Amino acid sequence: MNKRKPELLANARDVEEVDKLFEAGADAVLVGDETYALRMPGNFDLRMVQEAVKLAHGRGKPLYVSMNALFHHEKAGGLEGYIRMLDQAGVDAIVFGDPAVFMAAREAAPGMKLQWNTETTSTNYQTVNFWAKKGVSRAVLARELSLAEVIAVKQNSKIETQIQVHGMTCIFHSKRELVSNYLRFQGSARQEDGHESQLFLKETTRDAHQYPIYENRHGTHIMSAEDICMLEHLPGIVTARIDSLFVEGMFKSTKNHLRTVAIYRQALDLLQEQQDKVVHEAWIQELQQMQPEGRLLGTGFYFKEQIY
Amino acid sequence: MMHMSQSTQPPNALAYRKPELLAPAGNLEKLKFAVLYGADAVYIGGQKFGLRAKAGNFSLEDMQEGVRFAHERGAKVYVAANIIAHNEDFHEMEAYFRSLQEIGIDAVIVADPAIIDICKQAAPELEIHLSTQASATNWQTVKFWAQEGIPRVVLAREVSLDEIREIKKRVSTEIEVFIHGSMCISYSGRCVLSNHMTDRDANRGGCAQSCRWKYELYEEDLEDAQDQGGDMPRPLFAEGDEAFTMSSKDLCMVEHIPSLIEAGVESLKIEGRMKSVHYIATVVNTYRRVIDAFCEDPEGFTFQEKWKKEIEKAANRPLTTGFYFGTPTEDDQIFGAPPKMASYEFAGLVLDYDPGTQMATIEQRTHFRVGQEVEFIGPKRENFTQVVEKLWDEAGNEVEEARHAMQKLKMKVQKPVKPYDMMRKEK
Repeated sequence: MNKRKPELLANARDVEEVDKLFEAGADAVLVGDETYALRMPGNFDLRMVQEAVKLAHGRGKPLYVSMNALFHHEKAGGLEGYIRMLDQAGVDAIVFGDPAVFMAAREAAPGMKLQWNTETTSTNYQTVNFWAKKGVSRAVLARELSLAEVIAVKQNSKIETQIQVHGMTCIFHSKRELVSNYLRFQGSARQEDGHESQLFLKETTRDAHQYPIYENRHGTHIMSAEDICMLEHLPGIVTARIDSLFVEGMFKSTKNHLRTVAIYRQALDLLQEQQDKVVHEAWIQELQQMQPEGRLLGTGFYFKEQIY
Repeated sequence: MMHMSQSTQPPNALAYRKPELLAPAGNLEKLKFAVLYGADAVYIGGQKFGLRAKAGNFSLEDMQEGVRFAHERGAKVYVAANIIAHNEDFHEMEAYFRSLQEIGIDAVIVADPAIIDICKQAAPELEIHLSTQASATNWQTVKFWAQEGIPRVVLAREVSLDEIREIKKRVSTEIEVFIHGSMCISYSGRCVLSNHMTDRDANRGGCAQSCRWKYELYEEDLEDAQDQGGDMPRPLFAEGDEAFTMSSKDLCMVEHIPSLIEAGVESLKIEGRMKSVHYIATVVNTYRRVIDAFCEDPEGFTFQEKWKKEIEKAANRPLTTGFYFGTPTEDDQIFGAPPKMASYEFAGLVLDYDPGTQMATIEQRTHFRVGQEVEFIGPKRENFTQVVEKLWDEAGNEVEEARHAMQKLKMKVQKPVKPYDMMRKEK
């Protein structure tokens, strides 16, 4: 029986949530500044990153910072300076997608660990090994892979692999302001009523599905209609020695995010002791109860066939 | 010395190296038209590893013939192998690249670093270009790929003209940009709508163009979204409003070719391996004329409205300059029913011409008849229009109309034509 535990990783909205995520059982926490990171639950300026690092290291745990945006000229020049500051703050790893970040990190902080994450294009072990040769320490695999493909990547690659086990995924990123464009075209403006609101799309012939959509400085992002939930399939994932399991906190209340992490923690711990029947039905039910109306839990592409 | 200085150009005369005009070719026929109408290079897809699963694509035999045809006329042939691969896709990839190298393909267009590595090992002589699917948006990224031995990078369509100038200042890598055609509305490669909505893998050629579908946009309070119950989501549209959609107008830079040449871009790329022969010929012919006119006399160059009009005769959608002059707005998207475009269609192909009798042999592509006005286009020459006065079939019988596809007919033309000239008519 395999006693090696995978890392349980979650992203955080604010410094307080970082602390609570560790308390709930996260082994590592991921944060980001909206200038450099795509799709994080909260915006961490440098001071917040410094505090988060202190909290993490106080518990003997790593803190990662995401810089996974695609950079245009305006921001690409500032990458080295930012990475230097993250290095000084003691950040344990930087997550990147754009090779410009890789170039900047090699200059500014040669010892910094780098994790490669392009969301949609990390789909095979040869590409993972391309980045391994460059000194990258981890690849975050695309969410559109089957579990069999994930396992084959793990078996054939030389560096750590990370997969997402829970939450929503990004399925589209445009540099354009697609929501604002539509509203301007309609001649309508959104009413700001002080409430934090969320937008979603429905494809008119499949009205059961709601795809969250939002705009920020990086453009427009569309998210999956279902949340991944791989709790029941943790035994296979642990046996396959996947190195890091990510729980996404976007569009989730702190309470639900923490509870989700705690459930995965318990399941992983239990799995260390007994390999079969680790998932309590009560946990599944609890996770299901946390879901907003109309938003299902599913297994994403892990057990799906795709054609092309 | 006096003689020398008189015979050379004044020192401040503008002179630009001509950029490559790169055209798509979905099959062998389109390749020939693209080359004859003025493309310096064409890009094609093989049976495997390309993103246009439905674009016809070339067998190795067709590729061989295409390469021979292009090379005889001084044009290059590139092969797109721009999928984002999964583990299973590497099967036979090395042999494929070795074949491309043997056939004499001039370069492959690749997006996935794994495929770059495989190609380098299997076919070290084969030049590799980085596909736009890799979304290179800054000079640091271009430099990264240059250090990997990539001599040319196709920039992301999100890069502006100012950003191109900046990139050209910083790196000597060849830069290729799209100047014409359909566009992903997302960053290329960063969209899996198709995977999620149709189980078709967009990054391996299965794109279902889900971005151009119709959607409804709703808003709900975040507390309601996170907990159950609460208020119903509010529609951000009223009854009768156009649906939310993400359909981009098509890129067209025909009026801004001088700016791209001045910025130092090495290759100007036309999108459209799925487009018709008529489209390819019309678009390539027009850009060829604009590029030549500017490079021959940069200072005396003025843009001619007829070039824009010519492009519009083959356009499938309304046109935009994309990201070149700033982030596109609602004016660069298509909402509601797309307007009818492409006012002209391919009526017949010139197979032969007899200068003595002024009779042309024409192979029918769509129905045309006596009395109809038609327009002739040909490589590097002015169009002309005339009325179809008389028509004869192959047996020499006079006929009123050309009814059958590929039927060969003779008609009198008012100006000399050549094989591969095209006859078009208004729809």
